[in-house]
Amino acid sequence: MAIPDKRTTEAEVVSRLRDGMTIGIGGWGSRRKPMSLVRELLRSDLKDLTVVSYGGPDIGLLCRAGKVKRAVYGFVSLDSIPLEPHFRNARQNGTVEATELDEGMLLLGLQAAAWRVPFLPCRAGMGTDLLRVMPQFEMVRSPYPGPDGGEGEELVAVPAIELDVAFIHMNRADQGGNGQFLNQDLYMDDLMAMAAKECFMSTEQIIPTEDFPKYGSFHTQRISRLMTTGVIERPGAAHFTECPPDYARDEAFQKEYAATAKSDEAWDAFKAKYLDVTEDEYQKLVGVAS
Amino acid sequence: MSTIEIQDGPPTRAEVCAVAVAEAFRGDGERLCNPIGTIPMVGGRLAREAFEPDLVMTDGFGGFAANPLPPGADPSGAVVEAWNPYPQMFTVLWNGKRHVMMGATQVDRWGNQNIACIGDWHQPRSQLLGFRGAPGNTINHTTSYWVPNHNPKVFVEAVDVVCGVGYDRARELGPVASRFHEIRRVVSNLGVFDFETPDNTMRLRSVHPGVTVEEIVDATGFELVIPTDVPESRLPTDEELRLMREVIDPRGLREKEVPNP
Repeated sequence: MAIPDKRTTEAEVVSRLRDGMTIGIGGWGSRRKPMSLVRELLRSDLKDLTVVSYGGPDIGLLCRAGKVKRAVYGFVSLDSIPLEPHFRNARQNGTVEATELDEGMLLLGLQAAAWRVPFLPCRAGMGTDLLRVMPQFEMVRSPYPGPDGGEGEELVAVPAIELDVAFIHMNRADQGGNGQFLNQDLYMDDLMAMAAKECFMSTEQIIPTEDFPKYGSFHTQRISRLMTTGVIERPGAAHFTECPPDYARDEAFQKEYAATAKSDEAWDAFKAKYLDVTEDEYQKLVGVAS
Repeated sequence: MSTIEIQDGPPTRAEVCAVAVAEAFRGDGERLCNPIGTIPMVGGRLAREAFEPDLVMTDGFGGFAANPLPPGADPSGAVVEAWNPYPQMFTVLWNGKRHVMMGATQVDRWGNQNIACIGDWHQPRSQLLGFRGAPGNTINHTTSYWVPNHNPKVFVEAVDVVCGVGYDRARELGPVASRFHEIRRVVSNLGVFDFETPDNTMRLRSVHPGVTVEEIVDATGFELVIPTDVPESRLPTDEELRLMREVIDPRGLREKEVPNP
């Protein structure tokens, strides 16, 4: 059995990135986010990033640390804390540019990039202010007759959202970059992976390929190595977001994080304690993986 | 708040609201009833248990639950009838077999809804959720709104950002583009509203017991259509009360969202 060895580290991955890149981040809100890769981004000197995400603390942290030029999102939420306070500050202070999409439009933009077509049509956005405040979105007329037999329907043309790199987090993976999710929802992680030139996947545990069935049915093996460039074994990587069945969201830590949006002093203390340290030190401090 | 007292006493305002929510889903048959918020969830489950048995409902965690799971309950208690993760949810949504009840930070007389931000979108005074699902929901299937705290800052003359499409915008789009658009109801802690008027502007459909028409007019930042005789919102039946108190929401979370006056 020949399985390639794509094992790598967060530091190696982030050292390949350049200022101004477009980075897609998998997960959903404060759920199964590749946070160890996000933390490595925070430790780097990278800047002017475009971040594409069904956003949670990934967008909040990267905005607060001044890494983000533009955020592309369907929403930004911490789930148990509905509004992401650091992201709110960034929007209200005008320090981040926004492409604020309907959730379904974001799916279609990623799908279009994954399929290598320039756009996909949809109704979402028609009649709303989304098209007024973001004039970059164009309409497209169907070449086929409309439902009344007349002129073809006019629809929103959602442009492909091409990513330089995608980060996703899976419960289990093998060294070849095949990945398995064990919670209820893959979210758009497969689309993120395929919309990107390169995709790096962190995982709770690297297992032998033949062991995937021990953890879930083959329907859970939704990330194939065709989609991934590298795999990082990092138990606790998704902390403080949830990663069931391996661990729940660290609600106490999330509250502590959210509270740091109140003052620069609070953020500086949080950053010094949790972010200006190595991932190993972070994991020891928060005690998820032990 | 004494839970025991509420559980035994006459219907509370929260329970009247839940019944009004349930009524919004009457006649929907076999489609996804997707209420967001505590009282909407109680009301949606009540509709299915009491009079609309074919409704499909989520467990809030990627499945459709055949049993009436209490709001906030662990999904492990769900009898999952089908898997419906987020990517699949958009297929259901675009396919149209769905009636969602969303929140509204602002709503106007045409049913235009805002959840994105307050102020100028380019640099908002207060950033909220973003457009989220509102554009896709309102143009693809039936949508209703829930407002737990009816006041003139929510019921406004004009919303700051149109996220959910109202009837004036739908009309501008024309009959083809707007053929799946329907804003069915707005339910608030004070009354029930619909758009069943010649020009589809918001009408007061019923006032909750204990609320006057004047109170609602004062709490609304635009001119409502007020019929000559405004009925009272109906009370829960004994069986509906029992369902809410014993089966659907035994912890009484609904009473926290809308306190009894």
